Amino acid sequence: MAENIKVPTMAEFMAEGKQPEVLFWVGCSGSFDDRAKKITKAFVRLLNKAKVDFAVLGTEESCTGDPAKRAGNEFLYQMQAAGNIEVLNGYEIKKIVTTCPHCFNIIKNEYPGLGGNYEVMHHTTFLKSLLEEGRLTVEGGKFKGKRITFHDPCYLGRGNGIYEAPRDLLRKLEVELVEMKRCKKDAMCCGAGGAQMFKEPEPGKEDVNVARTEQAIDVKPEVIAAGCPFCNTMMTDGVKAKNREDNIAVMDIAEMIATAEDL
Amino acid sequence: MQILAQVAFILALAIGIGIFIRNIRRMIRNINLGREIDRTDNSSKRWKKMVKIALGQYKMVRRPVSGIIHVIVYLGFIIINIEVLEIIIDGIFGTHRVFSVAGAPYSFLIGAFEILAFLVLVGVIIFWIRRNVLNIYRFKARELTEWPKNDANYILYFEMVLMSLFLIMNAADYQLQLNLAPHYAMASGEIAGAFPVSSFLLPLLDGFSDSTLIIIERTAWWLHILGILFFLNYLYYSKHLHILLAFPNVYFSKLKPKAEFDNIDAVTKEVQLMMDPNADPFAAPAEAEGAEEEGEPEKFGASDVFDLNRVQLLNAYTCTECGRCTDQCPANNTGKLLSPRKIMMDTRDRLEAVGENINKNGKFVDDGKQLLDDHITREELWACTTCQMCIEACPVGIDPLSIIVEMRRYLMMEQSAGPADLNNAMGNIENNGAPWPYNQMDRLNWATEN
Ligand code: SF4
Ligand code: SF4
Repeated sequence: MAENIKVPTMAEFMAEGKQPEVLFWVGCSGSFDDRAKKITKAFVRLLNKAKVDFAVLGTEESCTGDPAKRAGNEFLYQMQAAGNIEVLNGYEIKKIVTTCPHCFNIIKNEYPGLGGNYEVMHHTTFLKSLLEEGRLTVEGGKFKGKRITFHDPCYLGRGNGIYEAPRDLLRKLEVELVEMKRCKKDAMCCGAGGAQMFKEPEPGKEDVNVARTEQAIDVKPEVIAAGCPFCNTMMTDGVKAKNREDNIAVMDIAEMIATAEDL
Repeated sequence: MQILAQVAFILALAIGIGIFIRNIRRMIRNINLGREIDRTDNSSKRWKKMVKIALGQYKMVRRPVSGIIHVIVYLGFIIINIEVLEIIIDGIFGTHRVFSVAGAPYSFLIGAFEILAFLVLVGVIIFWIRRNVLNIYRFKARELTEWPKNDANYILYFEMVLMSLFLIMNAADYQLQLNLAPHYAMASGEIAGAFPVSSFLLPLLDGFSDSTLIIIERTAWWLHILGILFFLNYLYYSKHLHILLAFPNVYFSKLKPKAEFDNIDAVTKEVQLMMDPNADPFAAPAEAEGAEEEGEPEKFGASDVFDLNRVQLLNAYTCTECGRCTDQCPANNTGKLLSPRKIMMDTRDRLEAVGENINKNGKFVDDGKQLLDDHITREELWACTTCQMCIEACPVGIDPLSIIVEMRRYLMMEQSAGPADLNNAMGNIENNGAPWPYNQMDRLNWATEN
């Protein structure tokens, strides 16, 4: 890549006999989806800026099995989990950070029962801890005073009770945070979860992502902030469906911080 | 005459309670048709959750209007029924207002009951208007067919009648006391009880003779207690079973994060066997044969109520059909067939059908039906985004999502019957380690591309 970002792999660390501070679990979306790759890179820039000693698994990473598990294919999920746990345990990984709430939930909550025990953090919580430790500083920059609404990802918010870390980061950006009518515990799904991302929706009146985007548009935001690559895709499509892509942006919080800092 | 009334009373009481016990035993038998599940961990956390959500109705008041009225109706109904204790003692021993010896505290209690009865009456009328006149999303869904709709209204009429009977009974009693009628008036000449509400009804009783008043009082008294016995037995057939089951249901509800699904142990064992390089390739089939000899090999997921666990079946009996889950379900909100409330109602209907089958035949005789397809369609199951909103919204700790997932597991693992595009994604995960058809070797390309 043209810009100078460092992405070391676990294999490289291993060869040098070193252990990183944290493993960055990129996830399928973050690795392959064009929109999500931007989030991945923004987060890496922040990691580099904060001088976090991190590594990725690279080609040794495989799908966590989340879509399989939510779809009901427990067998495929457990095969994926077993493979991943073998790799993670092989590298003696202790701490994992990920930009995807689905990867976060499954590794944090469901892998332990299969022998994979790690400290797992969503990137918003991780970034918040970097700020608190003074390793990263954030100033309003481009987003200062802008109207921003945060769409809670189901697997981060309701699913795991994390509502404040992403909001704290937005406050650090000095934005005008406006809440949708359905937020936090009551936040409506973007429509991607439960493997819906990979199938056509059932017949109905409307697509879930459009309905959710309408709720966001109701509070007149300049940016819809997201914390999940799937929500990001869904809300981006929703904004397009409503022909509002010219004046409403959909951005991951990591991207917002990186942009504000001109990274 | 008096002794006859006492005998009739004891008989009614015995029959009422007898049928109630029979129904509860049937319900427990039906719940035990489900798979075992251990939810006895963390008892102090569970007790706390029960007090907060079942007793404290914490989730009900998140919707202030219906929540607060519900608390009034619930408290009113429960507290007024302390009076039933007195009715039972009076009925058996032929006494009248046996607790009135307590004097002032008794009067205070009766007065408080009257005010509560009045509040309940008002609350129930507001509920009726909400349900039948106002245009509220969750009261209009397609699963609210005739019976569930009527059930909801019957109970409201029923409470209106019970509360009115209570007040009429008190009014007649008060008038009789004022008239110094024998058996009613206290020897001391004081008035037993206080009648802040029913005293307003006195003009209606104006000019009635003592014997007419006694007939009114006795009729109201009898209808009141018979009504309560009837209600006790109506519960089993109604969504109002939640009055009792909300407590155990919340107690046994999931404490783990909502997004955490259970791992199927039987699958873990198979996967371990497949991944273990030292496993004897001939050991697996031998073991499988052994399992078959012992009985059916483990079935993955659920196609009928027998495959669900006992907490899920308890959930089905507890569902109040309030529709708070469906009201916020993203699939339902956007016009899909899925309604988490319907998932619970279907599960209960099927479980009841199975229970009836057992009542009739002594044991379950295959009726060619099952929960999947005959009650819950695949289209409903595949519309779920697993967003957990239904669990969050439920005021009594029900988890409709777990049933949806269990049925998807059956479709995926026993039937390989997922939607075609989903099967593609599964194939990709299996072959490339990602739900899209990208090569695993390209996983780090993002780091070097622009
Ligand atoms: S988990 Fe499924 S059924 Fe429950 S609210 Fe979400 S989409 Fe609806
Ligand atoms: S599952 Fe819970 S929220 Fe849904 S209808 Fe039943 S009681 Fe109401």
